[in-house]
Amino acid sequence: MGDHHHGPAKGLSRWLFATNHKDIGTMYLWFSFAMFLVGGAFAMIIRAELFQPGMQLIRPEFFNQMTTMHGLIMVFGAIMPAFVGLANWMIPMMIGAPDMALPRMNNWSFWILPPAFLLLLATMFMPGGGPAFGWTFYAPLSTTYAPPSVTFFIFGVHILGLSSIMGSINIVATVMNLRAPGMTYMKMPLFVWTWFITAYLLIAVMPVLAGAVTMMLMDIHFGTSFFSAAGGGDPVLFQHVFWFFGHPEVYIIILPAFGVVSQIIPAFARKPLFGYDSMVYATASIAFLSFIVWAHHMYTVGMPIAGELFFMYATMLIAVPTGVKVFNWITTMWRGAMTFETPMLFCIGFVVLFTIGGFTGLMLSIAPSDFQYHDSYFVVAHFHYVMVAGAVFSMTAAVYYWLPKWCGKMYNETMGKTHFWISFIGFNVTFFPQHFVGLAGMPRRIPDYALQFADFNMISSIGAFIYGASQLLFLYNVIATIVGGKPVSDEKVWEGAEGLEWTVPTPAPFHTFSTPPQVR
Amino acid sequence: MLRKARSVFWLAMFPVMLLLSGSLTPVWADEKADRRYQVNMEPGVTDIGAEIFSLHMLIFWICVVIGVVVFGVMFYSIYAHRKSRGVTPATFHESTKVEIAWTVVPFLILFGMAVPATSTLIEVYDTEDAEIDILVTGYQWKWKYEYLQEDGENVSFFSNLKTSQEEIYNQDDKGQFYLLDVDEPLVIPVDTKVRFLVTAYDVIHAMWIPELAVKKDAIPGFINETWTRAKETGIYRGQCAELCGKDHGFMPVVVNVVERDEYDAWLADKQAQAAEIAALMEQTFTMDELMARGQDVYDRACLACHGANGEGGVGKAIAGSAIAMGPLDGHFDIVINGSRNNAAMQAFGGQLNDVDLAAVLTFQRNGFGNNMGEMIQPIDVFNYKQGQ
Repeated sequence: MGDHHHGPAKGLSRWLFATNHKDIGTMYLWFSFAMFLVGGAFAMIIRAELFQPGMQLIRPEFFNQMTTMHGLIMVFGAIMPAFVGLANWMIPMMIGAPDMALPRMNNWSFWILPPAFLLLLATMFMPGGGPAFGWTFYAPLSTTYAPPSVTFFIFGVHILGLSSIMGSINIVATVMNLRAPGMTYMKMPLFVWTWFITAYLLIAVMPVLAGAVTMMLMDIHFGTSFFSAAGGGDPVLFQHVFWFFGHPEVYIIILPAFGVVSQIIPAFARKPLFGYDSMVYATASIAFLSFIVWAHHMYTVGMPIAGELFFMYATMLIAVPTGVKVFNWITTMWRGAMTFETPMLFCIGFVVLFTIGGFTGLMLSIAPSDFQYHDSYFVVAHFHYVMVAGAVFSMTAAVYYWLPKWCGKMYNETMGKTHFWISFIGFNVTFFPQHFVGLAGMPRRIPDYALQFADFNMISSIGAFIYGASQLLFLYNVIATIVGGKPVSDEKVWEGAEGLEWTVPTPAPFHTFSTPPQVR
Repeated sequence: MLRKARSVFWLAMFPVMLLLSGSLTPVWADEKADRRYQVNMEPGVTDIGAEIFSLHMLIFWICVVIGVVVFGVMFYSIYAHRKSRGVTPATFHESTKVEIAWTVVPFLILFGMAVPATSTLIEVYDTEDAEIDILVTGYQWKWKYEYLQEDGENVSFFSNLKTSQEEIYNQDDKGQFYLLDVDEPLVIPVDTKVRFLVTAYDVIHAMWIPELAVKKDAIPGFINETWTRAKETGIYRGQCAELCGKDHGFMPVVVNVVERDEYDAWLADKQAQAAEIAALMEQTFTMDELMARGQDVYDRACLACHGANGEGGVGKAIAGSAIAMGPLDGHFDIVINGSRNNAAMQAFGGQLNDVDLAAVLTFQRNGFGNNMGEMIQPIDVFNYKQGQ
C-alpha cells in the first residue's frame, strides 16, 4: 500500500493548492497559533496599560481598539481555527476515512481566512482607527458612532462566517458518509461527536451573525434603521440577534474542547471513558440549551420579568449536563492507573479551572445577582476561566498529545511540564484577582481605574506577562520537536491511547486509510 | 520593593481570601477610605442590595461545597490511583444509576437556588410607588439628571468627571476619589423610594452604583426603569458599565444621599438657581466675563475632544478653525445642532443654557489665538435658536 499514491506536491503549491486534510489541518493550526500570538500581544498591551492607574502608554481610543481586536482575534482567529485544524487532522483518522469529504472546499475555507484577518488588522491603520466597540459590537456604537473602517470589519466578519460554514459542512459530510465499516454513530470517538454537534451549531448561527452585520451595513450605508430608535428601530434588537449567535458560539468553542479532554483523560488513566452515552447526550443537551439562553447576556437591558425568569431558569439548567461531563471525567480517573505527562496535566488543569469557570457561570445565571456582576471584571474573570483554561488549555493538551503522531518525534517532556506549570500559575495570577475587583465594582473595558483597584490590577498584569511568556516556551518546544525531536516509531505512542488514529504508522503518512479499516 | 513584597504577600493570600470573603461582611464608613483589598461584593445600603448579597453568598457557598467534594474526590484519585503506586486500572465504564443520581441531585440544588432568586428578582422589578422620579440620560461621556416635578420647574443638570487631565496623564498626584468624582453629584433623600428613568442620548450606557444595587442600561430611544431606597446617608460612587466609546472609563455616577430636609433645601436652591439663569439670559456681559465663563464651559464640555489648547484630538482643532473664524451662523449651527456628518460632535443646544453657549462661542472665537474680536450675548443665541 502507498507506492502508487502520489506524495505531497513540492514547494509553495503543496500549501496553496492543498487538498490533503493533514496539510490543511497543519495550516489551520499554524495560522491559529500566529493569531494567538497577535491577540496575545494585544492582551499584553492592555495589561501593560492597566499595570498602574493613570494613562501611561496608550490613549483610551487605542485601548478600546485593543480590547476589541483582542476579543475578535482570539475568538475567530485563534480558538475557532485551532479546533477546525484539529478536526481536519483527527476526524478522518479517527473514523477511518482517507480524507475529508470535500477536500477542495476545505482548501478554500482555509485560504479565505488569512485575507480576512489581514483586512481586520489593516483597519487599525485606517483613518479613525480600527473597531473600538468591543468584540460584541453593540449598536449604535458600532453603527452611527463607529469609525469608517467598520465597513471593512463587516466584510471581514462575512468572510469568517463563510469559512466556518464551509468547514462545518465538510465535517458533517465527512462524519455522515466516510465512517469506516462497523463504526456506528455510538462508536465514534467523543472528539468526533462533539465536533459533529459543533458543526451543526455553526451552520445554524453563523448566518445569524452574517445577518446582524448586514443589518449594520444597511444602517450605515443605505439609510435603514434596524438599530436606531430615531428611525423606528431598536438598539436592543442588535443584542438579541448578536447573542442568538453569540451564546451558541461559546459552546462552539468549548464543545470540541470537551471532546479533546474526553480522549486524553482515558488514555492517561488507562481506563475507558466513563459514561460514553451520557457524554454524547450531555453534549447534545448543551447544544440544544445554547439556543434558548441567549438573553442572559442582557439581563440589564430592561426585559419584562417573564423573559428574565425564563432565561434565568434555562441558563441554570445548563449546569446539569455540564456537571454530568465533569463527573464523568473524574469517574474516568477513579481507580485508573494514572500517569501525568503534559497532555494529562493540561487536561486536569482544564477540569479544575473550567469547573471554577462553571461555578462563576452559575452565579452569573442568577439574574438578581447578575445586576451586580454584569459588565464588571467578574465577568471578564469568568469567561477567561472557560475560554483560556477551557478552550486554550485543552487545545494545548491536544497538541502535546497528538504531536508525536503528527511528526513522528517526541517533544521534550520536561519543557512541556514546565510550560504547564508556568501557564497554570500565570493564568491564575492573572484572572483570579479579577473576580475580586469585579465584585468590588470595577467595570470591564475601562482603560483606567480608581485607586482602590490598583494592587489587584498590578498582580493581574504580572500574571498576564508570565502567562504570555510561557506561550513562547510552547512555541519553542513544538518547533524543537519538529526540527530535532527524538524519533518515535511506536504506533501507539502513549501506552493507554485508544482509537483508529493510533493504528496508523508513526509519523502518520500523507495518506491514511486508503482502504477502510473494519471496526468491530 | 515594598510594593512588590506586598503584591507577593497578597498573591499568597488568594485562597485564604476567597474563603474569608464569605465571612467578611464589611461594615464600611460613609466615605470608604481604604477599600484596596476589597475582594467581595458588598451589601451596600439598601434592603435589596443586602438581599442580592445574601443570594450571592448562598450560591457562592453552594459552589464551594460542590467544589470541595468534586475536587476532593479528584485529588484523592490523583493521589491514590497513580500508575507509580503499582495499581491495575479498573475497567468499569458505565452505571445508569450513578448517571441518574448526578443528573437529579444537581437539578434539585438548582431548584433550591431558583426559589430565592425568583423572589429577589420580583422585588428588583417592583418600581411602583416611588416618591421621586429622576430622568437619567447618558451622554458621551457624562450624565444628565432631571428631577421630574409634579408642580414647578423641573431641575436638571449635567454631572461631569472632576478628575483633571493632569491627574489622568500622571502630571499631577491622583486624588482620593480619582476617576470617581464629579462636579455635581446626583442628590437623593434617605429612606425614600427613588425611581430612575434611564435613557441615553447617543449610544448605550449603563448606570451602575454598586452600593445602591442599581444597574440599568441606558438605551437611546427607550426608557428603562429602576429604583433604590438608601437607608444611610453618604456619598456612593459608581461608573458607567456599558462600553460607550473613548471616555467610557471616565463617566462616574456619584450619588449623594442626604436627609430629607437637606434634600428639600437643595432642591429649592436648584430651582432658585434655574430662575437666576433665566434672569442672566436677559443680561449683557463684558468680554472678560464671557471669556472667563467660556473657559469654564469649554473645559467642561469641549476639552475632552478638542484639547486643552484647542489643538484637536478626537474632534477637530478649534485653534485656527475655519468654523470658529468663519461666519457666525456656521459656528452657531455646529455648536447648537451638532455635526450632521460626525455623530461624535453632539448638539449642545439642549445641553448648555444660552448664557453658557454665548460664553463658549465667544471663547472659541477669541481664545487659542483666534482673536475674532466678537462678543456673543445670550440674546444672540436665543435669537438664533428662535430663527431656526
